[in-house]
Amino acid sequence: MTSTAIHTLIPSPIAARSQGACSERPILKERGQREVFCGLTGIIWLHRKIQDAFFLVVGSRTCAHLIQSAAGVMIFAEPRFATAIIDERDLAGLADANEELDRVVARLLERRPDIKMLFLVGSCPSEVIKLDLSRAAQRLSSAHAGKVRILNYSGSGIETTFTQGEDACLASLVPELPLSAKTDAPALLVVGALADVVEDQFARLFTELGIDNVHFLPPRSSRHLPPAGPNTKFLLAQPFLTDTARALEQRGATHLPAMFPLGVEGTTAWLKAAAAAWNIDADKFNATVAPGQRRARTALEPHRFRLSGKRVFFFPDSQLEIPLARFLYSELSADLIEAGTPYLHKGHVGADLDALPATTLISEGQDVDKQLDRCRAAKPDLVICGLGLANPLEAEGFTTKWSIELLFSPVQGFDQAGDLAELFSRPLVRRARLEV
Amino acid sequence: MQLTLWTYEGPPHIGAMRIATAMDGLHYVLHAPQGDTYADLLFTMIERRDKRPPVTYTTFQARDLGSDTAELFKTTALDAYERFKPEAMIVGASCTAELIQDDPGGLAKALALPIPVIPLELPAYQKKENWGAAETFYQIVRALAGAHAPAPGFKRTARLDGASPTCNILGATALGFRHRDDVQEISKLLTSMGITVNVVAPYGCRPSDIARLGEADFNVVLYPEIAGQAAQWLKRTFDQPFTKVIPIGVGATRDFIAEVAGITGVDPAPVFAQPDARSPWYTRSVDSTYLTGKRVFIFGDASHAIAAARVASKELGFTVVGLGTYSREFARDVREAAKLYGIEALITDDYLDVEQAVQALNPELVLGTQMERHIAKRLGVPCAVISAPVHVQDFPARYSPQMGFEGANVLFDTWVHPLMMGLEEHLLAMFRNDFEFHDAAAPSHLGKSAAPAKPPAHQAPPDAQPVFADTPQAGASITPVEADASGPVIWLAEAEKELGKIPFFVRGKARRNTERYAADLKLKSISIETLYDAKAHFSR
Ligand code: SF4
Repeated sequence: MTSTAIHTLIPSPIAARSQGACSERPILKERGQREVFCGLTGIIWLHRKIQDAFFLVVGSRTCAHLIQSAAGVMIFAEPRFATAIIDERDLAGLADANEELDRVVARLLERRPDIKMLFLVGSCPSEVIKLDLSRAAQRLSSAHAGKVRILNYSGSGIETTFTQGEDACLASLVPELPLSAKTDAPALLVVGALADVVEDQFARLFTELGIDNVHFLPPRSSRHLPPAGPNTKFLLAQPFLTDTARALEQRGATHLPAMFPLGVEGTTAWLKAAAAAWNIDADKFNATVAPGQRRARTALEPHRFRLSGKRVFFFPDSQLEIPLARFLYSELSADLIEAGTPYLHKGHVGADLDALPATTLISEGQDVDKQLDRCRAAKPDLVICGLGLANPLEAEGFTTKWSIELLFSPVQGFDQAGDLAELFSRPLVRRARLEV
Repeated sequence: MQLTLWTYEGPPHIGAMRIATAMDGLHYVLHAPQGDTYADLLFTMIERRDKRPPVTYTTFQARDLGSDTAELFKTTALDAYERFKPEAMIVGASCTAELIQDDPGGLAKALALPIPVIPLELPAYQKKENWGAAETFYQIVRALAGAHAPAPGFKRTARLDGASPTCNILGATALGFRHRDDVQEISKLLTSMGITVNVVAPYGCRPSDIARLGEADFNVVLYPEIAGQAAQWLKRTFDQPFTKVIPIGVGATRDFIAEVAGITGVDPAPVFAQPDARSPWYTRSVDSTYLTGKRVFIFGDASHAIAAARVASKELGFTVVGLGTYSREFARDVREAAKLYGIEALITDDYLDVEQAVQALNPELVLGTQMERHIAKRLGVPCAVISAPVHVQDFPARYSPQMGFEGANVLFDTWVHPLMMGLEEHLLAMFRNDFEFHDAAAPSHLGKSAAPAKPPAHQAPPDAQPVFADTPQAGASITPVEADASGPVIWLAEAEKELGKIPFFVRGKARRNTERYAADLKLKSISIETLYDAKAHFSR
C-alpha cells in the first residue's frame, strides 16, 4: 500500500513558463488506495451514444449499484443497460452460470426487440470466477444470429479504471468494423465518444476543409459501423483509447498524433493533424478555422480574467487531466500545482504533456490520502476531483470542480471552449458571490 | 442470475458503511477493487456529508491477484490505523474480495492492533444493504457492549425512586431516510416524558458510547430493519426491553408513548395532549373531505410501508389499494398488514414488477421510494417519498421528521400537497369547458409532462373511431403489458364521448369500473347503456 514508486522527486526550480523538452520529465508513480470509478461507468454515456445497443453487466449487486449511483439523476425510463447479478447458485458451478446467462440474455432480447447490439460487460466477480464472456458472446451470437450482434468487453475494476471502459468497449467493436482496402479512398476516422453536437461541428469543419470521407467511432447506431483499414487515418478525440488505437493500427490504420481538441490551441492542432495528412494548404486551413478560433477566443476572454494565476490541483479521474491541464495553463494562464492521472500514455498525451511547465508535478496512479496531504499543503485555489472528495474538500475551505462533469459535458471543439472554461471558473465565481 | 435494472438496496457492505459513516471514531477497512470506492459519493453527494466516509479500500488490481492481496490488506489496515487512530475498527470484504477468500478478519487479527478489531462476514451474493447494516451494528454492539456484559441470567432491577428512566435510541444510520430528524423528534418526545437518553446509536456515537449501551433501562428501536437484531441481543444480555411500535403517524405515536409508559411506569397523560399535533385537526377540517377514498399505492422498506398504510387509511381517509416492500426479511409483517386493507402484499425487489402493479392499480397517489417517484412521474400520478432508497432531495435543509407528532404534521403536508387541492378540483369541474380549464390540462403543480396531451373528448368529432380500452399511458410503451387473452373490450364512440363528460379526476375510475363490469358480463363493447349500468352497479 505504501509502496510508492517514486521515480524521482521534483519540483525543479526552473521558472514557471518554460516549455518543451518535458518528455523526460519526472513522473510521480503511486500505488496506494485509488479513489476512482471502474470501467463499468462508461456505460452511462456509451448507452446514450450508440442508440440501439444494450449493455448487460455480468456482475454483482455492487456493480449494479455502482452504475445506478453514478448515473444518479439519469433514471428516466427503462435504460439500455442492466446487470445480470451473479448469486450463490451461480457460484456453485460454472456450467450453471453459463446457462443462467443464456436465460437472462434470452429474456432480455425478448423484452427488447429493438436491441441490435448487445455488449456483455465483464466485472471483477465475473473475471475472478473466470466466467468466459467471449465464449458466451460467440455462443449467444449464433443462438440469436440475424437479430442481434453480441460482443463482450471487460469493465472490471481490477482491469480498468473509469474511461478505460470506453476503450475496452471500442476495442471490442474494431473487429466488427467492415475492413476497407488500401486502395479505397483515404478515410478519416474520429475515435472516442463525443456529444452529437460536437461531432456535427467537427463533421462540418472537415467537409469545409475538403476531407469528405469522415467517420466516427462509436457510431450513433450499430447499423452504421464505420469501415477501417489501411486507407484509414484516425484522430483520437479522447486521450484514454490505448487499446482501441492499437487494434486499429493492427488493421493497418494510421494514428495521427495530436493535441486533444480542447480550447483554441488544442482544437486547432487536432484539426491541423488531419489537414496535414490530407495535404490541405495552409491558407485554406487558416481560413476554415478562423471563424471558430475567433469565437472561441472571445468566449475564453472573460474566463482568462477569472482563472489567470489561479493555482490548480488535479486528482486523477478520467485521463483527460493532462489535456485539461494544458488548456488551463496555456489558454487561461492558470498555474498548475499537480496534474494527477490514473494512467499516463505518453504516446497519446505527449503533445499536451510537453506543453506543461516543469514546475507542475505529474503523478500517475494514486495513493489518495497522501495526495490529499499534498493538496492541503499546497492550498490550491481550485481542486479538480471526484464526487467522493469534492464536498469534504469544500468543507475544508477548498474550491472544487467535480471532474465527472468534464467528461459528461460537450467540451471539445472551438464552440465549446467557452463552456469548458466556464466549468472551471464557475466554482470560483460562486465562491466569490456567496456571503454565507 | 437475476436480471436487474435498478436496485432498491446496495450490497451488504454498503450497509456496513452506513453504520461506520454514522459513527465517529470507528474505521472500516474494506478489501475491495477500486471501482467500489464509488460508495463514498453516496455519502458526500446524496447526504452532502462534509467528511469522507471513514473507509479505507485496498483497491487491489488484477496484477495483485494470486500474489499478495492478503499482504496488501494487512498494510492497508496498518496504514489506516496509523493515519486515522480510530477507537475501533471493522474489517471485511466486498463481493470480489469475498471470492478471493483472503479472510480480512484473520489478517487483521494477526496485526494485533491495540484497539478492538471487529471482523464482518457479509455474504455479498446472498444478502443486501439493510441486512448488512443490521449485521454490522449487531457485531459492533456485541463486541463493544459485550465486553461489559453481566453474568448470564442477569435480571434488571427497578430504578431507585426518583431516578429518571434511561433509554438508548437505536437504528439511525448515515444515508437513512430522515433519520437525522427522527432522532431529534423522538429524543424530544422521550425527554418530555421525563426519560433520559443514554446513547443514540449508531448515529453520531463513538465506539466508547456503544460500550455504555447496557447502562440504559430499555431500548427504543426506531428502525427494526437495522437495529432489531442488536436490540434482541441486548435484551438477552442486559435484560433491556425494547419498543416495537414505530412512531410514524399520530395513532402510532400515541401507541409508542403508551408502550414506553408501560415499560417505564411514567405517566403518559401530559404528552398525549400535544398542542403541536396539527394533523388530526387538519384532516378533520372540511377542506380535507376530498381526500376521502383516494386510492393510494404504498411501497418501501417494511417499517415505513406498514406505517404509511396505517396513516393513509386511518389518518387521511385514503383507500390503500396496494402495499408492498422490497425487504424480503420482513415480508411476513407486510403480508399481515396488507390483510387489514383486504389486499395482497407485493413482495419484490424487481422494479418492473412494481411498475406493473402501479399501472394495473391506477392509484391517485403513490407513496414510495425514489424508484416509485420515477414510475409515478412517468404515469402522471402524484407521488410522495416515504422510504429509502434515497436521493439528494430526501435530505432537506429544514427540519422534516417522519416520526412523532411533528412527523405526522410533515406527513400530512407532504402527502397531501402533491394531490390536487380540493378547491382546485371543484373549480376545474365547474369550468371544465373553459379553454383554460379544459380537463386535459394538468394541475399546475404536476408540471407540463404529467397529463397526456390529448384533445378533450368533448371536442372529438361525432364520428370518432372506437378506441381500445386501457389506452396505454406514457411509459406503457416501454414496458410491454401482457395482452388480455380474452381481447380488449371496445368502447363505442358514443360511450367514449359520454365518458369524456365525466370530470377527469374520476374518469379513470369510471373507465375501470365500466370495463370490469363489461368483462364480468362478457360484453364485447361498451355502449352508453353499459356505462350507466355500471355506474348504477358500483354506486355506493
Ligand atoms: S470495481 Fe469491480 S466489483 Fe466493483 S463495481 Fe466495478 S466491476 Fe463491479
